[in-house]
This record gives sequence, C-alpha cells and structure tokens, in this order.
Amino acid sequence: MPLNNTFGPTGRELRFSDKIASINWIVVGFITAVCCIGFAMLYSVAQGSLEPWAGRQMIRFGIGIVIMFVVALIDIRAWISLAYPAYAATLLLLGAVEFFGRAGKGAERWIEIGPLQLQPSELMKIALILALSRYLHGLNLEDVSKPLRLIPALLLIMVPAGLVLMQPNLGTATILVVGGCGMLFLSGLSWKIIVPVVALGIAAVPVGWNFLHDYQRERVLTFLDPDRDPLGAGYNILQSKIALGSGGIAGKGYLQGTQSRLNFLPEKQTDFIFTVLGEEFGLLGVLTLMGLYLAILVQGTLIALEARSHFGRLVAMGVCLNFLLYILINTSMSMGLIPVVGIPLPLVSYGGTALITVLFGFGLLLSVQIHSGVDIPRSAANIW
Amino acid sequence: MMDGRDSVRHRAFTRRTLLLSGGVVGIYTVLAGRMFQLQVLQQDQFTMLAEDNRVNVQLIAPPRGRVYDRFGVELANTSQNYRVLIIPEQTKDPEATLRELAQLVPLPEARIQRVLREVRHSKPFKPVLVTEGLDWDQFSKVNINAPDLAGIEPDVGELRNYPFGPWLSHVLGYVAGPTDEDIDEDPELLSLPGFRVGRSGVEKAADVELRGKPGAAQVEVNAYGRVIRELSRREGEPGQDVVMTLDMEIQKLTEEHLRGQSGSAVMMDVNNGEVISIVSAPGFDPNPFTTTVTPQLWKELNQDPLKPLLNKAITGVYPPGSTFKPIVALAALESGAMKPSNRVTCTGAVALGNHVFHCWKRGGHGSMDMHAAIKNSCDIYFYECARRAGIDAIEAMAKRFGLGQVYGLEIPGEKSGLVPGQDWKTRRGLGKWTTGETYNVGIGQGALLLTPLQLCVMCARLANGGKTVTPHVIKSFGDKPRELPPILNLNLDPAHVAIVHDGMDAVVNEGGTAARSRINIDGFEMAGKSGTAQIRRITDELRGKSPDQIPWEYRDHALFIAFAPVAKPKYAVAVVVEHGGGGSKVAAPIAKDMMILALQRDPAGKPSFVPGTRTAGTAAVSG
Repeated sequence: MPLNNTFGPTGRELRFSDKIASINWIVVGFITAVCCIGFAMLYSVAQGSLEPWAGRQMIRFGIGIVIMFVVALIDIRAWISLAYPAYAATLLLLGAVEFFGRAGKGAERWIEIGPLQLQPSELMKIALILALSRYLHGLNLEDVSKPLRLIPALLLIMVPAGLVLMQPNLGTATILVVGGCGMLFLSGLSWKIIVPVVALGIAAVPVGWNFLHDYQRERVLTFLDPDRDPLGAGYNILQSKIALGSGGIAGKGYLQGTQSRLNFLPEKQTDFIFTVLGEEFGLLGVLTLMGLYLAILVQGTLIALEARSHFGRLVAMGVCLNFLLYILINTSMSMGLIPVVGIPLPLVSYGGTALITVLFGFGLLLSVQIHSGVDIPRSAANIW
Repeated sequence: MMDGRDSVRHRAFTRRTLLLSGGVVGIYTVLAGRMFQLQVLQQDQFTMLAEDNRVNVQLIAPPRGRVYDRFGVELANTSQNYRVLIIPEQTKDPEATLRELAQLVPLPEARIQRVLREVRHSKPFKPVLVTEGLDWDQFSKVNINAPDLAGIEPDVGELRNYPFGPWLSHVLGYVAGPTDEDIDEDPELLSLPGFRVGRSGVEKAADVELRGKPGAAQVEVNAYGRVIRELSRREGEPGQDVVMTLDMEIQKLTEEHLRGQSGSAVMMDVNNGEVISIVSAPGFDPNPFTTTVTPQLWKELNQDPLKPLLNKAITGVYPPGSTFKPIVALAALESGAMKPSNRVTCTGAVALGNHVFHCWKRGGHGSMDMHAAIKNSCDIYFYECARRAGIDAIEAMAKRFGLGQVYGLEIPGEKSGLVPGQDWKTRRGLGKWTTGETYNVGIGQGALLLTPLQLCVMCARLANGGKTVTPHVIKSFGDKPRELPPILNLNLDPAHVAIVHDGMDAVVNEGGTAARSRINIDGFEMAGKSGTAQIRRITDELRGKSPDQIPWEYRDHALFIAFAPVAKPKYAVAVVVEHGGGGSKVAAPIAKDMMILALQRDPAGKPSFVPGTRTAGTAAVSG
C-alpha cells in the first residue's frame, strides 16, 4: 500500500511532510525525558560510569527512536493488514523458543537469529495488540460478548500467554493476559461476563498456586512475609524498601545512594532501578517520573479517543495499557506491594528488547495519532 | 462515514476508557500514598536500617607488646602473618570454596574439616581462620583470586617470634590460640581470628599488659561484607613492651654450658632480687607452638628423657645436699647451740641408736670447727650441729630464707618444695619426728626438697646479709618499673653471717671442696658451697664408686651455690645438674663462668633499657 495514498481529516491526501508536521511532539518529548532519567540512573548504578549500561542504552535508544518514527509514519491501514501475519510469525518464534531457546536466568526467553538476540515474548506484546485490535475492529458492540465471537479473541490472548508462562515468565504472561483482557473490556465486554469471570478467577487462586514454579511460590510467600528469610528470598524486597525509605523526600543525592552503590540492591540496573531513583532523588524524584509516565498515558488516551477508526483506538489503548502495566507492576514490586516479578521499568531499565518494543509501541501510537482521520472499513478485519 | 453501529461502539469505548482512567488514577493514588508512607512517614526507620546495612564495626587487634632483655635486646617480637580468613555468611558453600582455595595454597584435608566444623559452630558474620603463615607468593595468589572466591578474605595478622628460640623457651613461654574459657573472659577481642594469648612463661604472666586494648573501626561495607572504606577509627592501645631483668649474654652462656644436660641455673642480683639469668635445660623451640605443633614434635618432646618441656629451674625439686649446710650453721649459731669455735671430731661415721650415719669422706676429717666444716663440707660436724640446734630452729631459719614457699615469679608454675619439720610430720600422719631425720636435714637430705630458684634465693639472702630480696624477671612494663614487695631484714647477727661467708670463701679460695673453680681475678673472688644430692639410698655396692661407673639415672645430682664478689656480693647463682655426679666437679665450673661474665658485664651497675627510647638514641643500649 503506497504511503502517500491516505486521507487526513480534511479529506485530502496526506503528504510525507504533513505526517512529520502532525506528529505529537509532546509525547515524543515526554518519552525522551523519561529515557534521559533512565540514562542518568544507569550511569549512577555503574558507580558513575557509562560502562557497562548507560552507553549501550543510549545507542539502543537511538535505534529505538528511529524505529518509532518509521513505525509512526507507516499507514495505519498497513498495520491492520500486517496484524495477523505478524502475530502468526511471532507465535511461531515463541514456539521455537520452547525448543531452541537459550536459557538465561532460569528462563528460556531468548532466541538467536544471527547476531541478534530476540525475546519473542516482548514482540508478542505488540503482535497481540495488533491482532486483537484487528479482530475486535470487525465486531459490533453486542458481538463482543457472544461466546462464539469471544472465544477466538480469548484464544488470541491465551495461546501466547500459555507459551510464555511455560518459559517460565510469569511477568510477561500477566501483561499479555491483563493487557488483552483490558482491550476486551474497552471494547465493551458485557459486565454479565466480567463479574462472574473475575469472581471465578479469585476463587481459582488456590488452584493456580499449584501451577506455579517453586521460585514463583517462593516469591509470593516471601512477599507476604519478607522477614521469613531476610537474607534469602525476602532480601530483595526488604533492601528495596530500605533504599526507598532512606531516600526520604529529597533523596540522598545523585550518585550518593548507599544501598545501590554498596550492592545491597539486586538487579539494580533492571528490575530495581526505580528503587535507585527513589533512594537518590527521594519522593520528589519518584513523583517526577510517575508524573511524566502519567503525562504520556494521558496523551496516549487522548490520541485513542480522537482516532476515527476502532482499530486505531484499540491499538492506542492497547499500547497505553501495556505501558501502564509495566509501570504498575515494576513500581509496586519495588515498593513491596506485590511479589517480585521480573518486569522492567519501561524506558528506564537496562535492556534492549524491552526498550525497542516499548518504542515500537509508541510508534504505533503515533501512527494512530498521525492517521487519526483515516477511516478503516470493517472488512479490513476479515482474513479473506 | 461513521455508521450507527460504529458510533455505538465508540461511545462504549469512550465510556470504558474513562472508567479505566478513573481506575488508573485510583491505583496511582495508592502508589503515591505508599511512597509517602515509605519515604516520609517511615523515613527515619529506613534511614537507620540503611545505615546499619552500610556500617560495620570492626575490632582492630592491638599489636602485642615486645619483650626485651635489660639492655634492649628483643626477646619476643611480632612479624607479619599472611593468612586467609573465611566469612561464612558470604559463601553459599564453604566446602566448595575451601576446595578451590586448596588449589592455591597448601590446605590439608584435616584442616579443611576443622575449618568447616568451626564455620558450622560460629556466627555467620564472624571470620574464621583458614590458614596462616603463608609466604608472599602464596599470599599474592590468594589475593589475586580472592574476588572469585566468595567469602575468602586475605588478611595480614601478627605472628609472634622468639628470636632466641630454645634459649628462652621456659622464661618467655609462648602464645597460642585462646581456649573457650579464655574467650569467655573477653569474647569480642579473643574471638578475633588468629588472636593469641600467652600460654606459659612471661607471655602468660604478663598477658594482660602485653595484650593491650583493641581499637575499633567503623567501616562501610557492601552487601557482600567487603570493606569499601573506613569511616572512623578509634585507635586501640598497643600492648605494653616488657623489659626483663635478664641479661641475654649471660642467659646464652648459661644455656650453652647446660646444653646436652638435664639441669638448670639461676642467677640473681643479691641486692634487689632481679633474675639475671634463668635457664632450664634442655629447652625447646617455642616458635612452632604459636601456630601448630605437629603430633610428631609433640611426641618427641614428651618422650625425651631429658624432659625439655619441664621448667626445672622452678618446678624441679631436689634435695639440696650440702648447699643447705650454711642454713644449718646459721640456725645453730643463732640458737646459741653451737659456737664457731666448738669442734666436732669426724671419724667418717657416727652411730645414732642402731643406725650409722656416714660422712662423705670415708676416712673422716678429724677435728673440725665451723669454718673448716663448711670449707670441707663435713657431714659429721653438721649432724652434730643439726642435733644441737634442733629441727625447729633449722625449719624456722630455712623458711626465713624463703625456702618452702613460692615467690610469685612472673613465670607461672613455681613449686614450693618442702621444708620438713615436726608439724609437717604430724600433719601428714607420719608419726613423731626423729633425731635421725634431723641428722638427714642437717646435711640437706631427708624430706627436704628445694627448687633451683629457691637455692638461688637462699644464696642471695645469705650473700646480702639477710635481706629478703624477692626474685623477679620483669623490670618494667613500658617505662613503668614493676612494683616489688618490700625488702625486709632478717636481723641476722653480722658476726654469724661473716662466719658463713668466710666458710664459703674458703670452699672456693682456700683449697676447699670447690677449689678448682676459684676465680683468679682481683676483686671477682667467688664464695660458694657445693652439694651432691643423693637420689637413692647409698648401698654398699655403690659406695665409693665414681659417677662414671654408675648408670646415668642413678647418679647423684650435682649442685652448687655461689656469690661474688666475696667482699661486696653482687650476684648469687645456683646450679643444679641432674645426675651430674659431684657438685664441685660439674656444677661449680658452670657457676664460675657465669659469675665471671656477670662481673665483667656488670648488668646491675649499668642503666637498663627503657622502651620507646631505642630509636631516639642508642645511649641506653650498651655492653
């Protein structure tokens, strides 16, 4: 599909320069600001050095931002037609990980394609948003709650989530399921279905317990009582709380965080980077970051509400939901509100795939915003 | 282009989006509240915990004091001890860590097991000593690999050194790891890895002074307990240096003379009780005792017939033999039972009841007055002397001279020996005291038992005219002189003392029993008294045989006491050579050589060393 064969809100064809001009630079600015906070924190946890994290993260950000703009400029109608093939390809990769994946940190999450290390589970977050949006784009409001229409949507969510859970990667599986169900909710799923399912879900917790891995159960138990084994599994939670608490209102100062500098914090460059921020910049630093996140989410929500196509709205909210879940899970884990789950703080934590995936997602969000005036016929959701 | 159905689902979408946004705001509020709780309400509590995390207090072992001889020669010092510690809580698998370490430094299986046992029983944060005494190469290897060996900490500690080894083994003793009881006394300090306490000798007696007080450092540690930097430091007090009364040159000479024998020699300053030299032979090398004594070495030392582990100078008890005769003479003179001019005729034997008492000279000495009797050590004269004085007077005089007691010498383990008497005998339920026993005590035999140290004290108190000097080996702690018990006067009649002095002078200088050990240097003349202690009943079979014809373990002990110069005594000496044979033949020459060196060096007449002044100038160290 040719890129310039699209129509803006005025009905005329969108030129390349129009697209550039209509980009929501506010969102781009906020995203860049959050990433800069990330660089600063990675510099700090390396005891004031670009090596080994901050420097590489900057390069990845450079690559990621280019990908974001490319994705943003691609026509929204191209994305709807790519949704299913992309989903299918990612699902295949995810399956391949089960058999050829390389173990890292006890989880089979990577697959190597040449020099590239891929985490298909990360790609699946994007693929699921696209595929689910396309599927829901084709449904009427009342159809969403019809079992025969609902089941394919649920399969779209549950099949990859199941594969991810087998890796095992509880965090990403949670994001896939909650994010996917969130999109069903936004699509107007009937309360008559939501209420019983949620109730059933709560009742099923004891059953689900049996399906958890030992280390996952350990995390939950430890979370419920961090003093159970303060030097073992409860160590991370306790040390994170100590770091945040001792940061106080204004923090200990940049590069002055004793907890992180003296290695009391585990995984400080990835899962616990929020804690380093809280220790060194205190409540003010934490609220600043949370404020920036909220600003991005507000902008994303506005983009969703302004989009003309249902596909665009769902994609935009899907991206926002994903982003939100990252933030909520990571921060509440750092604060000791939920068990330790290996979920990074988006745009801040060290990690290539996650950063690029999130920026890819924002690319989609911007694409929805640039092409907000474009109508997409329901037939675009059909496979044939 | 939006159809009705589209606008329906758009409205639903908008509704749900706003609903969700509300939810998100709610969750955001919860998170902000949680942050407020952690960072504002509980800030103090968590700040304290962070500080606890960060700061560790580490005790700094005080350096142990050095030991010097009276002129500043180092007798015990410390060198760097390259060692390896393991901190149990920093390693998941101590055994695997130790096995890895064993590839870098020699670490026998038995030691690994011992360390593991200690690791299991001690607190997880308390370092446990793995190995020590490494050379620089081994230590460097551990240092390079330490980052890969979780919980392994290379460390530099102290190692006690005794440069003179066997020369001073019984005097200095040695240091070793503390026992559980020691640790109870000062748990913090004594459980520092590799900390040593005095186990015997001066090291034990002066342990508290030598030990010092520990310092403490507040250090910042990382999560693995590795020290990042020091925040503050309170210096401890290093152990005090100890200056001994010994003169190492005389000590060395004494040791060399006794080498190969089983015996001991003690030399004292007669005017103040300072011990100039105290040797028990053979000695042993105390250096291995500070780290590990191999079972083989231990067996060797224990099975040696010459008993190197015994400090015979203070724990060996011997019948004093004739060296006791001056005490008998003084007792008889003071009680008035005997006048110096009273004569006794020695025919070589005297009968008491149906028992015959012999003189050492078979043919007899003929008519003896007191001077001649001391000079010739006539046994018959002293049987009579003792009989007239009575055991009570002899016992009292012996005790006034410090026999039968301990002095609190700074070398633990003194024996009090035995001065027998009527009380003692009844108390022990041995029946009534007999005159025969008085006879035996009169020539220093019977139940009478003295240590070489007591012999020396006796001789010193004789030499100084009856002043109760107390023997001691420590001159000062740091620059503070040691406190001594007051010197009392025994109130002996100077005329009596003169008679005994003259007699002992004659023993050496007028052709008496020790004439061969005469010192032919003007002003150095020595007075003495030989003694030969029987360790068995003399049977007819052995009587009259020379020592070489008797098996070693049946030979008599050779004893000699002496003081010099005769005119104005400065030093007293007592020599005991076990199974040496005759006192004048074996013990007297040793006493003579010691005395000559002492008089030449004259330690009592020179200023002694004060620690801390050594670097400032060498004036104090001379001779």
